[in-house]
Amino acid sequence: MSLLTIRNLSVTFATASGPFRAVDGVDMTIAPGEVVGIVGESGSGKSVAMLGLMGLLPDSATVTADVISFEGRDMLKMSNRERRKIIGKDIAMIFQEPIASLNPCFTAGYQIGEALKTHLGLDKKAARRRTIELLSQVGIPEPERRMTAYPHQLSGGMSQRVMIAMAIACEPKLLIADEPTTALDVTIQAQILDLLLDLQRERGMAMILITHDMGVIAETAERVVVQYAGQQVERQSVANLFETPRHPYTSALLAAMPERARGGRLPTIPGVVPGQGDRPTACLFNPRCPKADERCRTVVPPRQPAELGEALCHYPVGADPRPPEAIPPGFGPLSRQPLEGGARASTIAPEVPGDAR
Amino acid sequence: MFKFLLSRVAVLIPTFIGVSIVAFAFIRLLPGDPVQMLAGERVVSPERHAEIMHALGYDQPIIMQYLDYIWRLLHGDFGTSIVTKRGVIGEFFKLFPATLELSFCAIIFAVALGVPAGVFAAVKRGSWFDQTVMGAALVGYSMPIFWWGLLLIILFSGTWHLTPVSGRIDLLYFFPKGTGFMIYDAAVSGQKGALRSALSHLILPAIVLGTIPLAVIARQTRSAMLEVLGEDYVRTAKAKGLSRFRVVGIHALRNALIPVVTTIGLQVGVMMAGAILTETIFSWPGIGKWMVDSVFKRDYPVVQGGLLLIAMVIMFVNLVVDLLYGVINPRVRVR
Ligand SMILES: Nc1ncnc2c1ncn2[C@@H]1O[C@H](COP(=O)(O)OP(=O)(O)OP(=O)(O)O)[C@@H](O)[C@H]1O
Ligand code: SF4
Ligand SMILES: [Mg+2]
Repeated sequence: MSLLTIRNLSVTFATASGPFRAVDGVDMTIAPGEVVGIVGESGSGKSVAMLGLMGLLPDSATVTADVISFEGRDMLKMSNRERRKIIGKDIAMIFQEPIASLNPCFTAGYQIGEALKTHLGLDKKAARRRTIELLSQVGIPEPERRMTAYPHQLSGGMSQRVMIAMAIACEPKLLIADEPTTALDVTIQAQILDLLLDLQRERGMAMILITHDMGVIAETAERVVVQYAGQQVERQSVANLFETPRHPYTSALLAAMPERARGGRLPTIPGVVPGQGDRPTACLFNPRCPKADERCRTVVPPRQPAELGEALCHYPVGADPRPPEAIPPGFGPLSRQPLEGGARASTIAPEVPGDAR
Repeated sequence: MFKFLLSRVAVLIPTFIGVSIVAFAFIRLLPGDPVQMLAGERVVSPERHAEIMHALGYDQPIIMQYLDYIWRLLHGDFGTSIVTKRGVIGEFFKLFPATLELSFCAIIFAVALGVPAGVFAAVKRGSWFDQTVMGAALVGYSMPIFWWGLLLIILFSGTWHLTPVSGRIDLLYFFPKGTGFMIYDAAVSGQKGALRSALSHLILPAIVLGTIPLAVIARQTRSAMLEVLGEDYVRTAKAKGLSRFRVVGIHALRNALIPVVTTIGLQVGVMMAGAILTETIFSWPGIGKWMVDSVFKRDYPVVQGGLLLIAMVIMFVNLVVDLLYGVINPRVRVR
């Protein structure tokens, strides 16, 4: 049985300029002990989707879904009180900004102990002992002393370790890590990531790892979901995704990896993720997609079968049904054609990548 | 810690000098003098008037009077009332408990209502509760104290006969060896009905004096809570599966209280001004009424010394609030 099943999760914000659908029809199935990555640029709704799952969005957000079930229990039908027995205990989450995520008025020890007391009913002494244990498990030296530290006395890396200790305190079955290393120094990033993976393996805990970084995905996850403008545009095993990306957006992300950059300059994807005001019609990627044609702008793309990475695209990479002369230029391995809207096409995603690894 | 205190005290010195000048000048700018006021309807010959003024030292050049006043202050002499012939310090400490009791109850009233109201208004932002509280706060803030006090007296004392009109306790009760804190004295006296009487005298003035602080505290709490509720650490608290009470009442409120405590401290100064009016309306025998009476009688030493002592109390309270701020905000805690 899967640990977590989500079907058709959507999040809509009520904003001053009308409703804004930040997450659109997200699905996810996670088996116990599995690591799934979610990648996508800033603003593609990765955080919002997971916060929606956890019930952590502000009141302006409306979360809908066909199914959210955890270990076979329907979370949509639960009362808040029942849901709180799962949130923070069986499903834990750590965030992008570790320093801001800790309460400045309480010591690290208090904030970890609080979770233990709430979910496991530990008394003060047992909670203290367990807190010290947890702090040393996450690699904090002198845990007895650090327990009494306030967050402003901790570095970013230390804060994230405390957050991790708090998250794993109640032995969660699923840990959602939302860009856990983005705010940290490069040297610390690898340490924190290793720590997370070690803990995940030791405990057989499932993990959803959100990141911008394709490299991190390659090192950590088994499966990966590529998200763009609130939609999952591709879902594949990591091995297949790096071999044969099917969605043009995935190709572009891969091409933007420093390891894969060609010709000195680091390619980036021209343009930005559309926000509330500039949502394109039909395929949301069409203004930035080198393969886009009229159909992409008028007909909502279908979900392709699993062999094609479940890509949300009319013309999956490597399986474009159009005759070669009908494929718009700008997608050849070395072309530097300007993109629509005057953006420079500095991104050249190889049609059949894999050679550059 | 010691350095911190020292720096605070250093700041107080110029404030102190400023207050002494203002207090000294203000009472002399008013028309009339103590001798005329004491004489009242009786006629005093100009010679006799000059004689008394000379005896009191008020015929000296103004600068000499001020220096003399400061000189005495530096020796701990706050002067003697022209009217009662009693020392200003002694009078102050006799009357201060009444004002302290009133102010304390007023601030308790303001905090006990204002903080929860602000918290709920923030949590239920935009609801009818929020709008009612904020509307009431605006009205409360702009309420003229005099008018508000009289209105309450008319309703509660006049129409409904629920509370007495003035004073601190019924004339029936008298505590010669009391501490001056009427609630306490009445409670320990064991006299039947004494505490009830003291409380019924206290309630209206405390409400009147606490109204403006209540409005300010409710608004400040609401805005501080709104800010804090959007913080990441509140989201973390929710992500831990904590109850709504713990998320709002512990994690959010604890942080929101930091600016609220500062506001409460500032309100003490405002309350001293409010006490003057409130004590006058309710004939509450405290510092405020003492000051008003002394101004009417042009009792120069009392007004000068009294204002200075009030300023010292306010400065002391602000110092306490500063120290408290360090206690409740770990980020500025002095180690
Ligand atoms: N409270 C909110 N009200 C309105 N819009 C919001 C709110 N929170 C997020 N959004 C919008 O939802 C979209 C998705 O945001 P989200 O934070 O999920 O992106 P992300 O993929 O996590 O990006 P990043 O990598 O920068 O964390 C963005 O366009 C953002 O502006
Ligand atoms: S549907 Fe068209 S525009 Fe969208 S990703 Fe596929 S090819 Fe590009
Ligand atoms: Mg995010």
